[in-house]
Amino acid sequence: MTKAKTFGGGIHPRYNKERTLNLPIVDAVVPKELVFPLSQHIGAPCQPLVKVGERVLKGQKIADSDAPISAPIHSSVSGQVVAIEKRPHCSGQDTMAIVVSNDGLDEEAVPASTGTSIENVPADEIVRIVREAGIVGMGGAGFPTHYKMVPPAGTKVEMVVLNGAECEPYLTADYRLMMEESEQVVLGLRLLMKALGADKGCIGVEEDKSEAIAALKQAREAFPDIEVIPLQVKYPQGSEFMLIRAITGKELPVGRLPAELGVIVNNVATAVAVANAVTTGKPLVERVVTVSGSMVERPQNLRVRLGTPVGALLEQCGLKGQPGKVIKGGPMMGVTLANLDVPVIKTTCGLLALSPEEAEPLEISPCIRCGRCVDVCPMRLQPVFIAQFVERGMLEQAEAYNATDCRECGCCSYICPARRPLVQNIRLAKSAILAKRRK
Amino acid sequence: MIRVITAISILGGIGALFGALLAYAAKRFAVETDPRVDQLLGVLPGANCGACGYPGCSGYAAAIAQGAPTNLCPVGGASVAAKVAEIMGVAADTMERQVATVYCRGGKAECGTRFQYDGIPTCKAAQAVGGGDKLCTYGCLGYGDCFRACTFDAIHMDENGLPVIDEDKCTGCKRCVLACPRNIIGMRPASALVQVRCLSEAKGRDVRAICSAGCIGCGLCEKACPFDAIHVHNNLASIDYSKCRNCGLCVSKCPTKVIVEQLGTRPKAVIGDDCVGCTVCKKACPVGAISGELKAKHVVDPDKCVSCKLCVEKCPKKTITMQ
Repeated sequence: MTKAKTFGGGIHPRYNKERTLNLPIVDAVVPKELVFPLSQHIGAPCQPLVKVGERVLKGQKIADSDAPISAPIHSSVSGQVVAIEKRPHCSGQDTMAIVVSNDGLDEEAVPASTGTSIENVPADEIVRIVREAGIVGMGGAGFPTHYKMVPPAGTKVEMVVLNGAECEPYLTADYRLMMEESEQVVLGLRLLMKALGADKGCIGVEEDKSEAIAALKQAREAFPDIEVIPLQVKYPQGSEFMLIRAITGKELPVGRLPAELGVIVNNVATAVAVANAVTTGKPLVERVVTVSGSMVERPQNLRVRLGTPVGALLEQCGLKGQPGKVIKGGPMMGVTLANLDVPVIKTTCGLLALSPEEAEPLEISPCIRCGRCVDVCPMRLQPVFIAQFVERGMLEQAEAYNATDCRECGCCSYICPARRPLVQNIRLAKSAILAKRRK
Repeated sequence: MIRVITAISILGGIGALFGALLAYAAKRFAVETDPRVDQLLGVLPGANCGACGYPGCSGYAAAIAQGAPTNLCPVGGASVAAKVAEIMGVAADTMERQVATVYCRGGKAECGTRFQYDGIPTCKAAQAVGGGDKLCTYGCLGYGDCFRACTFDAIHMDENGLPVIDEDKCTGCKRCVLACPRNIIGMRPASALVQVRCLSEAKGRDVRAICSAGCIGCGLCEKACPFDAIHVHNNLASIDYSKCRNCGLCVSKCPTKVIVEQLGTRPKAVIGDDCVGCTVCKKACPVGAISGELKAKHVVDPDKCVSCKLCVEKCPKKTITMQ
């Protein structure tokens, strides 16, 4: 038996997925008021298309932008626009958002098309449908998917890779999707392959998720050009860089697009959204969110309407007490929320409520130069040096040590026996260096 | 014995030969330097802070010899500028001493936080996490980046989490200005004794909701100023120092005490015996501190006088003095 594929470096955090792993996806409560931030993706924020007081329908486009890197936003309920104002956003800063009060009727807007099948839809039509449906990378980054589906001139995409690694601890949303909607995952992959003219499709799944691998293998039976690839269980296996390295063996040069290597990577949840948009003609208005963590009484995988405040989800799942920290996303790369009114957006893959003990700030001690951060860094950087340069304000040296190549996976901070804030410092350097370059 | 003599003479000979060579090379390949550069370096303070805009004192000395302005060293101030000008044989450029000022009064007691920040305890790191933990997006984060940047021991953090600048020690090197991620520290002429210590352009109601020491843009200062020197733009008062006369009237009117002064005890106007009772000073006084009948000697009420010196300037007999 050959060993499962992987990359160099990485860590093995406790996965903590047991609590939600075998729970089927269930519908979340739909709140009275939903908030749709105009920025739910990487790229230009949208402009509202509706006015305060206007009635909107479920699936109606309420915001859009002319910028190439952007994606429209749709209302996930029917109701009335009650405000367009600054609201809390998971980035920590208040951003402009459209607030819709739900009338509970779920009256649907007439979809642009009634849906079509993969045989009948031409390649450029798929891209158009994906853009109109407002689909963005749903693994967490939120890069508009339609933009990825048109590779830069002169590059030929040979392989579409679906990212089913879900290497962040606690999260099981993608796993449940692969289990329950494996047909849609494969269909989404085939649509992406057709749009890009790619000959080969791969779905990378960590090998411990054997049931998902079996389900996907069964779903792809009729399509020999699609392969399900078991990957070693390791964090950050689900990072685009690491996934490409594991599956193709090729190293993506920093600052280059995966398309230049002939590869495009999409999340499995994105593929499902693509398949749904093409077959039903309906836009992206809901997503699966894993609600878990030690303070959650009934952890669940919830199908959530976009715009639902995270507080409502925590209420539905029950809290054992005041959580020490609530995190959007996974514990490794997620962001701590300062406010539970923050809505679920297209990139919210998980919601974790940790206990006050778990959220206790770590006691930092001096660096003993053990070099473990160097061992685990999947980008082969030297976090120990970069972080020390940053602490001394030596940005040029941090740049010379390729601080900007950091993918911010946090392996270095996780492994550091002195609990030093390595990735945090490197992030500071990255943003300072990038800001300087932009000048 | 002969061996010792041989060794000494060989080594001595080699030494003498190389010495001669070096002496020759020093003359032959000497680099012409401006002798004034060394002199200039002698008078510059040697802090190497870079506030002049050149890489250290030697860099600035070389630049002065090439014709750079003589008044760029804020550490040395006017006295160094005068010495520099003397060496260069030019008239000293005037320089007004600049001091750093913290334009925020919202410490821990006045302005709360949006969340508990447990990250790297620097302002830059806190600012990078969702724009900082402070409720006010304009206000001081209080993690002391400016305090660590100051090489002259002129900044310390008070118990309320705000930096306090010792203006006597401040040399105006601007390191703290560059260190602050929120641009709260600014430079002002040391003679500007009244400052609006807030940068918030939020609406007055919003400021009041989060901070008890912020400018609410009420405009009371604008009404109080007799010199048209203070104006509210974008919900924030700002002082035009070309018009401000350090009278302090706005300070007493400010409801949130965001305007502060370092006026101390000031000399008051006193009208001399040459007064002819022309009433010019009485008309000029913005606070009605001068009284007197036409053609009779006028008097100043020292309790009302705000030391603006308008009467001194207006008096045709030049008989008003500040005492």
